[in-house]
Amino acid sequence: MAESPGFLQISGGERQTAPVLVAGTGGRAAGMALDAPISFWGGVDPSTSRIVDVRHPQHGQMIAGTVLLLPGTIGSSSASAVLLELIHRNIAPAALVLHEPDAILLLGILVAREMGWPHPPAFKLAREHQPEFARQEIAFGCG
Amino acid sequence: MQLALSPEEAALLAGASGEGAAMAMRLVCDSARLLGAKSLVSVQSAHIDGALYHGDSGTLFAERLVAMGARAGVRATLNVGALDLTGCSTNRLPAHEREMARRLMRAYLSIGCEPTWTCAPYQAGHRPGIGTDVAWGESNAVVFCNSVLGARTNRYGDYLDIACAITGKAPRTGLHLPENRLARFVFDVSALPVELQHEESFWPVTGSLYGRLAGEAVGVVTGLAVMPDEDRLKAFGAAAASSGGVGLFHMAGVTPEAPDAQTALAMQPPLETMKISPEDFRAQLLAMATVKDAGHIDAIAIGSPHLSFAEFSRLAGLIAGRKLAVPFYACTGRHVLGLLEQGNLRSTLEASGITIVVDTCVVVTPIMADLPSGVLMTNSGKFAHYAPGNTGYGVVFGSLADCVESAIKARVVHG
Repeated sequence: MAESPGFLQISGGERQTAPVLVAGTGGRAAGMALDAPISFWGGVDPSTSRIVDVRHPQHGQMIAGTVLLLPGTIGSSSASAVLLELIHRNIAPAALVLHEPDAILLLGILVAREMGWPHPPAFKLAREHQPEFARQEIAFGCG
Repeated sequence: MQLALSPEEAALLAGASGEGAAMAMRLVCDSARLLGAKSLVSVQSAHIDGALYHGDSGTLFAERLVAMGARAGVRATLNVGALDLTGCSTNRLPAHEREMARRLMRAYLSIGCEPTWTCAPYQAGHRPGIGTDVAWGESNAVVFCNSVLGARTNRYGDYLDIACAITGKAPRTGLHLPENRLARFVFDVSALPVELQHEESFWPVTGSLYGRLAGEAVGVVTGLAVMPDEDRLKAFGAAAASSGGVGLFHMAGVTPEAPDAQTALAMQPPLETMKISPEDFRAQLLAMATVKDAGHIDAIAIGSPHLSFAEFSRLAGLIAGRKLAVPFYACTGRHVLGLLEQGNLRSTLEASGITIVVDTCVVVTPIMADLPSGVLMTNSGKFAHYAPGNTGYGVVFGSLADCVESAIKARVVHG
């Protein structure tokens, strides 16, 4: 499960394989590469998906419906609860792309799966490759 | 990668102990695979962060567990909820949210967790022994458990914590493995003056700096001239776990796995030595605040992590019977409330204008007045980190004595 192949494809570009961390619904969405690591709890409003951490460079932006590329995650162990709530409200990112598996955050997707709720997939991609996907239209799928 | 399960674990997964335990086991096993663990480890206790209301989804999940008959298989204490069930403080949660938060707290009690409702379980009688494997949530509790108690836990997020409590199992990875507990870098504070090390603010400020520089790496603090008590270690760890992903730190001559720096480093040379200068400290102290030159303040909040009885005693000593001019929130657990009531400290503090907040805290539920450009003063590195995003208040940072004097004068006072 942890290393099955998925793909990320910039519109008009080549298909790039990316290991699937958690399988979910494939699709197409705009890439949003975070410029700094974020703590979902205290950093993202679970009722709006807005980045509310005033110290974060992308403070004020919404993460709903994006292919969210995360160079790192920090802080509280409630990140999974915030992600689960975003999923339950249909305002989660369309896909998550992580530098490395963050079991705290991804638990939010695993619980959504247990609850039978539609949920985004999560892929693994090294942080140095993530900026290439910023502001691009990205197709993604789980193989 | 294959995850090897013992016959007992495989039976849990197959539903031998009921559907609730099987679902919890699926979450533990899926997490183990994500983390690349090859097997599971038995845990002796859990501290559960999942009973704090973030939205209806968490309540629905907890009630699903209850409906499926899940029960905690090991001792499980509870972190804060969204409601002060003791009635010491009130909050502005709307009716629907209040009801869902109450249902959530009730569901976790139905699973068999203890109503501790504190982020400082280690000061409420839950102190696993050195070398013991446990599954704790809440980042400050995790860092204290690993660093100060020497028990072994990863940072178990919401929902994996309760899954571990139900199954008594956790992925065998990360800080459960002795080799991952060794220090890789040195955080040397010997250039910081001894007088500075004696100040209360030294601990949350250096903790924030440590977290920012460490990320998730394990390091050892050296060069301390002052022996910190538990409350100072609590403040350091909470700040480090807020500004970075710190799950474990060592302090040479202070914490149990670091009788000296060489032991914490397993006699290996450090990958890096960070020599902290007085300028680094001053820069971090300034970075604790989000509001510069605040003339007035709208509220004071202390108690993240939850205040100990000793901290309340200091607070009362600093106030010395004077009246506070702005709202002043002091957050704690019911393990301390009983002591405050025995000694009449509760009535003394409340007469001065302190609001004691129990079972919860001011950055996780709307207790403070809704002021879009409010200014909050705190002595907590963790409150300083989270208050702007969670409450909308800008923050000013100071020592406990600064907080008290500022509250009396209704303007920022630095001692």
